[in-house]
Amino acid sequence: MKVTVKYFGLVAEAAEKSEEVMELKGQLTASELKTQCLNGLSIVDKDSVQIAVNQNLDDKTTLKDGDEVALLPPFAGG
Amino acid sequence: MSRYDRQIKLKEVGPEGQEKLRNAKVLIVGVGGLGCPAAMYLVGAGVGTIGLMDHDRVDKSNLHRQILFQELDIGKPKAIVAKERLEKQNSDVQFEVYEEPLTIANAEKIIKQYDMVLDGTDNFETKYLINDSCLLADKPWVFASIYKNEGQLSVFNYKDGPTYRCVFPKSTRENISCETTGVLGVLPGILGSLQAAEVLKIILGAGEVLSGKLKLINMMRGSEQTIKINKRPEEVDKIRKEGIAPVYIDCDLKNAEHWYLDVREVFEQPKPKGKKVLNIPLSDLTLRYQEIPNNQKVFVFCQSGKRSKNAIEILKNEFGFHNLKNVEGGIETIIDG
Repeated sequence: MKVTVKYFGLVAEAAEKSEEVMELKGQLTASELKTQCLNGLSIVDKDSVQIAVNQNLDDKTTLKDGDEVALLPPFAGG
Repeated sequence: MSRYDRQIKLKEVGPEGQEKLRNAKVLIVGVGGLGCPAAMYLVGAGVGTIGLMDHDRVDKSNLHRQILFQELDIGKPKAIVAKERLEKQNSDVQFEVYEEPLTIANAEKIIKQYDMVLDGTDNFETKYLINDSCLLADKPWVFASIYKNEGQLSVFNYKDGPTYRCVFPKSTRENISCETTGVLGVLPGILGSLQAAEVLKIILGAGEVLSGKLKLINMMRGSEQTIKINKRPEEVDKIRKEGIAPVYIDCDLKNAEHWYLDVREVFEQPKPKGKKVLNIPLSDLTLRYQEIPNNQKVFVFCQSGKRSKNAIEILKNEFGFHNLKNVEGGIETIIDG
């Protein structure tokens, strides 16, 4: 099963990429995929990063083949 | 011919829409990178009353993006300079100036006097304060935020729609502003203009307001995406029930036995816990320097190490302190976690 993960803001920076296609084994929720993607990245507040699946804010969905997951940190600049 | 002729020609505006604009009251919180262009377009469109709120002064490093300000304005209060400049742009518009930060004490009272809020702030604390106050006062607010080359945009609390807490339930420590990360002036220009567009759509009742959606823009990649957001009723109910509480984000110091002087504004986060931490904002130092111990080492910090360096200069040169040590890398280098 393949999903596309899109990174934004400081998550993209920490991951050093803005997008990747990931091969997943077994069932995974969006929230579990987030934990996996952020693991090892230097992000102080991982809880603040929100998840969208197919352009819907949602962390509970179990992912399926072809899903697009976005990891969205909050921004504060102005 | 009316100065508004070119917009009255649009079917979405017309003479009736122009009257709606004239009767509208919009509060702009933060007259910076977002607030400047937004204010100019709202004033141009003939929005009748505009509140300009900013407690900051114009700095040389603001000029590349805060397009209301000129070189001769450096050092002057932003809200006042903005008003003087905007009055020349359109004498039809009434201005209210607030040379103070938005606080728990003044937020609801001020926001109640307006139809909506345009968020031009650069920190999470004020964004949550705007959100919660607008929820309690039943007003929509137009949000935008920037991180380097990216922007986020949405309209919150519009016709009982989702709020900022429905996207980001809790405030965060990763409070990174344009001051520290850098930004091209045109990005807040784009976002601030889009905010002005949302304000005009709300006033005119025209088009589709960006409520229940979070727009993400990446200027460098030229890409855009819109995420659908739903209401989290538990977040909204909590604020309705408990009111506005100060968002203090605690953190622990690595060496709590030292004395510390925090020269950041009181709303800046996170706040280190400890009996030996003094919080005296840079602007209050000359009034409150006597509170600082002068017989033992005191570590002075701010967000990045710049303001604390200035603070030490002042305390050393004007008040003879010789026991102060600057925390070069700012708060993040002295806290745990």
